[in-house]
Amino acid sequence: MQPSFSDGDKEFRQTVRAFIADNLPDDLRRRARWDYHPNREDQARWCAILDKQGWSMPHWPREFGGPGWSGIRKYIFEEEMRRAYAPTVDRIGPELVAPVLYTFGSEAMKARFLPGIRSGETFWAQGFSEPGAGSDLASLRTRADRDGDEYLVNGQKTWTTEGHHADWIFLLVRTDQEVKPQQGISALLVDLKSPGITMRPIRTLDEGVTVNEVFFEDVRVPAENLVGEEGAGWTYAKFLLTNERTNSAEVPHTKRDIAQLRDIAAREVKNGRPLMEDPEFRRKLARIEIDTLALEFAVLRVLSNEHDPENANIASLVKVRGSELRQRVAELADEALGDAGLAVLTSKEGEHGPIAEDFDPPVPEHGIGISAKAMFRRATTIYGGANEIQRTLIARTVLGL
Amino acid sequence: MIFELTPEQQAIADSVRRFTEREYDWDSRMRAIRGSEGRDPAHWAVFAELGWLGAGLPEEAGGFGGSAIENAVIAQELGKALVNEPFAVHVAAINLLASSPHAAIAEMIEPVMMGETRIAAAMHEAGARGDFRMIATRFDRNGDGFTISGAKSLVEGAASADLILVPAMGDGGLAVFAIPARANGVALRPYRLLDNSHVCDVTLDEVAVAGDALVAMGDEGELAFARAVDEALIALCAGALGTMEAALWATRDYLLTRTQFRVPLANFQVLQHRMADMLIEVEMTRSLLFHALGAAQAAMADGGIASVDASARAAAVSALKAQTGHAGLHVGREAIQMHGGIGVTEELAISHHYRRLFVINRLLGDEAVHLERFAKAVDGE
Ligand SMILES: Cc1cc2nc3c(=O)[nH]c(=O)nc-3n(C[C@H](O)[C@H](O)[C@H](O)COP(=O)(O)OP(=O)(O)OC[C@H]3O[C@@H](n4cnc5c(N)ncnc54)[C@H](O)[C@@H]3O)c2cc1C
Repeated sequence: MQPSFSDGDKEFRQTVRAFIADNLPDDLRRRARWDYHPNREDQARWCAILDKQGWSMPHWPREFGGPGWSGIRKYIFEEEMRRAYAPTVDRIGPELVAPVLYTFGSEAMKARFLPGIRSGETFWAQGFSEPGAGSDLASLRTRADRDGDEYLVNGQKTWTTEGHHADWIFLLVRTDQEVKPQQGISALLVDLKSPGITMRPIRTLDEGVTVNEVFFEDVRVPAENLVGEEGAGWTYAKFLLTNERTNSAEVPHTKRDIAQLRDIAAREVKNGRPLMEDPEFRRKLARIEIDTLALEFAVLRVLSNEHDPENANIASLVKVRGSELRQRVAELADEALGDAGLAVLTSKEGEHGPIAEDFDPPVPEHGIGISAKAMFRRATTIYGGANEIQRTLIARTVLGL
Repeated sequence: MIFELTPEQQAIADSVRRFTEREYDWDSRMRAIRGSEGRDPAHWAVFAELGWLGAGLPEEAGGFGGSAIENAVIAQELGKALVNEPFAVHVAAINLLASSPHAAIAEMIEPVMMGETRIAAAMHEAGARGDFRMIATRFDRNGDGFTISGAKSLVEGAASADLILVPAMGDGGLAVFAIPARANGVALRPYRLLDNSHVCDVTLDEVAVAGDALVAMGDEGELAFARAVDEALIALCAGALGTMEAALWATRDYLLTRTQFRVPLANFQVLQHRMADMLIEVEMTRSLLFHALGAAQAAMADGGIASVDASARAAAVSALKAQTGHAGLHVGREAIQMHGGIGVTEELAISHHYRRLFVINRLLGDEAVHLERFAKAVDGE
């Protein structure tokens, strides 16, 4: 046993850190610092820079253009990216859709779609949830009826993250109305520019827009865009959701949130002293730091041996703890800001993000984006499968209840 | 002990509910928020006309003969409908006026109750992080008048106020002044809070006022300020209670109607238990509200001035605020969680309940401030 990073891993970290320092453009770093949802241009620019180095898709196997890193190194890479305030590369294409495509997709599909994801040119959305099918995803009703060489798609998706920025959507549809719900589901790749698709933004409690409703009316999709086999969509979806859950502990992001929180606490003043010296604040911070350490080592245990079935058990619970920690750290940062943490920060256009040139926020520079983040984080325990569902899963699969 | 409302108090509750049902539907709420500086003139006129602006003041003080109870009744109903009018701030301000021993100040009460003069109270000091006990704003004597300098924050309703009541420290201790909002040296920086309330940072740069702007000073200033803080906190917490109730019952209704896995969500025991926990928090908050109302009544028994009961009131009110802050966050978060994705939308009231409760937790002292104030008051410090 050696429960600490090896010398090789430490060296790797230095290499990554030096690369980012040399290559991350200042304007990207500045915008990412505010931590609003990154814009597509920033994501694409950074993805292209990483792609030249062969690092844009850390999770992919070597044969599809990934760097072939161990789980631990992928983690170190992500940690360094977050630490440096690099924009997140889009996740839906690289981390959710692509693994399904290279595991279950046809050769033609891989050749057609993987390069665009890797270079940051093509953006994807995940079209699973519907108004009537959230936790009970298998009850989805959007239907695709075969019509010659095409499918005819009708129905509605909702909560589609970044749908308004995406080019393609990975869509779960019902292709068979007769069989058991899970067996009638298929996965289709749909071009969002197809006629018959309407996208309506949903404004969330942070007053920003990241999610959308998507309506499909007689949308024609070439049959070749079917992933794998008809009726196997549920298997692919479960595969994808497992990936989503494992990555959703978000420890590197939380660690950076903590660094940001420490920075805020060093600048803010309470009773004439830096907030950082306030015993009550220090206790709250320490509690979060300890919980994050525990979670980090849970994740590292999983990543050190991704094929150990025992580890799948741990993986199922890091999403629950991780999503709750993300809420707590954002709320403590908001509290640390004092009065400014209560201010709404929208640009003149009403979108969040200080975009307008004459924008003069009622909060200090180190407080930009904090209150919006504290609000939006209520969603972390809902998306990717609500925590109630996760807990039931843990009880069933790990505890055997 | 009587926990029932009198017929008069019930009539007030009914009148507020009629207002929220008829004139404060969601669309008009959003219009009022976007279109005003946080005090809709038409709404405020209704508040005045129906007597709500003076309902919590004893007759000796020029009011309609009520107490903190009437204010709580009004605030609770307003809170249920998420009414964004600066009622708790009004309660603070009018209580400051009512505590004044000076006739010139007492004369201001009637136009305030009539809605002709609109007032705000600057209870938060910039940099004090919501701890109302910290007052750094200074006053100096200047001939017969005073000069006041300092920075206040989170002053709700300031942009629409004619007068701002400003606590300040100086030779003679704590004093409160009634300062015209457009006086020379007063600068307002308006912005919106997460719950859509409109506040201002108020900067006072050597603001000169005449002697009759003094509301109270020294021991009288301390008592006036303590009373205003406690009365405003009661209104704030009663409003939060209303908001919690609205979130609780809306969530109950949602669980009964939303179907997943072919059954209503209400069938899942884990959600039933969490609803039960929310209800427990709501009822504990309501109980501490009653307790605080009893203490406020006792403290006012001799006309609202000077009483050993002020410290019992402080303990009771801080107990209420500590519970409200904590319970409000819990209820607000759980309501969102049990709604799932729809709970985080701007469109549905549920996220607004949370946002309101999130803000209230930090106004006029957060949980830490009130745990400390409670402990000190109980220990007789
Ligand atoms: C910000 C955000 C981004 C999202 N992005 C995407 C996306 O890109 N693509 C996509 O397809 N979806 C996306 N989603 C949707 C997300 O996956 C769903 O919101 C989630 O699965 C919950 O479904 P629901 O909202 O319908 O809630 P419901 O399923 O109606 O659940 C409501 C509440 O009931 C609880 N509940 C439900 N069933 C049970 C049970 N059996 N036992 C106990 N409790 C239960 C839930 O845990 C929840 O608390 C996103 C959601 C959000 C909020």
